[in-house]
Amino acid sequence: MENTYLEVPVLSECIAKAHHPEYLFWVGCLGSFDDRAKKISRAFCKILSYAHIDYAVLGKEETCCGDPVRRAGNEMLFQMQALTIIEMLKMYEVKKIVTFCPHCFNTFKVEYPDLGGEFEVLHATDLLKQLLDDGKLKFSQQVFIKKNITFHDPCYLGRANDMYDTSRYLIDKLTENRTEMKRCKSFALCCGAGGAQMFKEAEKGDKEVFIERIEDVIETNAEIVASACPYCMMMLTDGIKYKNKEEEIANYDIIELIAMSL
Amino acid sequence: MVKQIVFSILLLITLGIFIYTTRQIIALFKLCKPFPISDFGKRFVMMLKVALGQSKIFRKPVIGFMHALVFWGFCVICIGSIEMVIDGVSNIEKSLSFLGIFYNIIFASSDIFAAIVLIMIVLFIGRRAFLKIKRFNGLELSHKNHMDAYIALTMILLLMVSLLGMNTFYISSTNPSELTGYYPISSYFSSIIGRGEGDSMLYQFFWWMHILLIFIFANMLPYSKHFHVFLSVPNVFLSRLEPLGKLYNMDNVTREVKMMMNPETAYAPTDGNEIPERFGVKDAEDVNWKNYFDALSCTQCGRCTAVCPANMTGKKLSPRKLMMDLRARMNEKGPGLIKNGKDFTDNKSLNKDYFSYEEIWACTTCNACAMECPININHPSLIVDLRRYMVMEEGEAPSGIKAAFTNVENNGAPWQFSPEDRLLWAKEINL
Repeated sequence: MENTYLEVPVLSECIAKAHHPEYLFWVGCLGSFDDRAKKISRAFCKILSYAHIDYAVLGKEETCCGDPVRRAGNEMLFQMQALTIIEMLKMYEVKKIVTFCPHCFNTFKVEYPDLGGEFEVLHATDLLKQLLDDGKLKFSQQVFIKKNITFHDPCYLGRANDMYDTSRYLIDKLTENRTEMKRCKSFALCCGAGGAQMFKEAEKGDKEVFIERIEDVIETNAEIVASACPYCMMMLTDGIKYKNKEEEIANYDIIELIAMSL
Repeated sequence: MVKQIVFSILLLITLGIFIYTTRQIIALFKLCKPFPISDFGKRFVMMLKVALGQSKIFRKPVIGFMHALVFWGFCVICIGSIEMVIDGVSNIEKSLSFLGIFYNIIFASSDIFAAIVLIMIVLFIGRRAFLKIKRFNGLELSHKNHMDAYIALTMILLLMVSLLGMNTFYISSTNPSELTGYYPISSYFSSIIGRGEGDSMLYQFFWWMHILLIFIFANMLPYSKHFHVFLSVPNVFLSRLEPLGKLYNMDNVTREVKMMMNPETAYAPTDGNEIPERFGVKDAEDVNWKNYFDALSCTQCGRCTAVCPANMTGKKLSPRKLMMDLRARMNEKGPGLIKNGKDFTDNKSLNKDYFSYEEIWACTTCNACAMECPININHPSLIVDLRRYMVMEEGEAPSGIKAAFTNVENNGAPWQFSPEDRLLWAKEINL
C-alpha cells in the first residue's frame, strides 16, 4: 500500500460548515493506534472515497466504545464511555455508523440501545456488499482470482450477531478458490483476543489460542487468511509468525483485499 | 379394587415426595435475583425449534440424532404413562382407547420407540464405558457424577425393558379379538415366545415394574443431573432471545452513572437509608433465577467445555463446571439462607471456593459454549457477572486489565495513546 497523506473528513469540521455527512466511520482504538490495523483504516477510507461516500470520522473526539472494559467486568466505566459517546453522537445528529471492528459494531448495535443510543449500525462488510451490489465498486484487477483464500469468522460478527454470509459473499467476488477451515461459521474457533484477553497474560495452559487457530488455517493450505476484525488480525499475524509461515500465508482484512482490487 | 387402592396410595406418596422436593427448590429460586420474561410468542417458536425440534443437538449429527430419538421417544411414551396412571386410579383397562385410530398410532409409535430408546441407551452406556470420550472425562467430573449418569441410563434401560415386557405379555395374555392398540415390536416378541400360563401374571408384573420405576425415577431426577429431563424444555423456553453478543445492562449502574454525569445530582447528599445493592455475582444468591434454572437443567454433557478455546488450550476454565458449581453452591448455602435470612454466611463463596479467579479471567467471551449448548444455557453472561463483582466491589483484576481500565479512563483507549494522536493513521507516511 502506498504511503500517501490521506484526506479524511472530520465530523466536527463538517458540522462547522453546516454539512451532515451520511455516515460516521467509527475507526475504533485498534484502527487508530495499532500499526497493522491502521492500514485497514486507510484502505477503508480509500474505498469510501472511491465510491463517493459522504462520511466523516470523529478524529480526536473518538474514544473507546467500552467493549473490552464491559467484558472485563467494569460496567461503571463502560457506561460512562457509552453515555458520553451517545450524548456526543446525538449532539452531532449522527444517524448511520459504520465500523470495521466487530467489537465496536456489537457494542453499538446491540448494547447501546439499552442506554438510549439508537443508531443504524453497519459493519464495514455490510456497507461493502451494498456498494458492490449498487455497482459503486468496480474491480479493475482480479488480483486474487486464483488465490486460495480462507475466512476466519470473528466471534462478534458470527456467533454474537449471526453474520456469516456477507464476508463470504465478498470473498467469493474476489476469488474462485475460497476454502473453509474445519471449524467455521458458528463452529469457528475464537482467535483468543476477545473478552479483554488482549490486554492480559493468558492463564496457565499448554497452548495459546491463536496457535490452535492458526493450525486450522495451515490445514487448509490457504495462501491468504482473510478476517474482518482487527483483534483477529493481530492474533492471526502472531500465529503466522509463531509457525514461521510468513512466506506461505498472507493475512488481510477483507477491506484490504477489496481496496487492492479496485 | 385392591389394585386401585394400592396404586392410589403409591401415587399419593410419589406426588407427596415430589411436591416436597419442588417446594424446596422453589424456596431456593426465591433467593435469586429477578429476571424478567416477556415475548411469549417468540419463546414458544424457539421452544418448538430448539427443544422439540432438537435443532442444536444436531450440531453433532450422529450422537445428536441418537439423543433426538430418545427425546422424541420419551414424548410419545409419556402418553402411555399417563394412561397407566388413569388406569391405575380408575381401575379401567386402556382408558385412552376412546382415541380410536390415534390410539393405535400413538401406542404403535410408543412400542417402536421403546425398542429404539432401549438400543440407544445400550449404545450410550457402552460408549460411556468403553470409548474414551474426552468431554466425559473433565477434571470437574467426580466418581459421583459418573455414577449419576450410569444410574439414570440404567433406570431408562429398565423402563424400556419393562414397557416392552408389559406390551408383550399384554398381547400374549389377551384374546386377539379383544386387543386394544397396536404394538408392532411387542407382537413380534409375543409371537416368538408363544403363549403360556403365566402370561397374565407376567403382564401384571411388568405393568407394576414400569409404573413403579416411573414413580421412583421422577423422584430421583430432581436430585440428579438428569433433572434435565424435566427442565430442559422449559429452560429453552425461558432462554434469551437477544443476540449472543449482548450483555445485559446493569440498570443500577446506569442510575449511578447518570447521577454522576449530571452536575445537579453529582454532589447531592445520598439518602442514608439506602442499602447499596451488590454489583455482580459473588455467591449463589447473587445470580438471577434464570442462571439457577440453567444450572439445574444442565446434564453435564460437556459440549460447552469441548468447544471452549480456553479449555482446549489447557486452561482451567470449563463452562460446564460453572453450572455444576452454581448448583452445588446453592445446595450448600441455600438452606442456611432460607433458615437464617439473607445475611447468612458460611465464610465461603462461589467466586473464591468454587469457580476461581483463574477460571473467571480465562474466558474470551467468544460464546462458543452458549452456541453449542443444546438447551441454550448462557455461560458467558454469568462469567461476566462474576467479573463485575470482582472489579466493581473488590477492585480485583489481572494487572494488564487494570492498566487498560486506567488508560480508558485517562486517554479513552485501552492503551496509553493520546486522543490527540487518533488521526495519525491518516497522516503517517511510513506505515
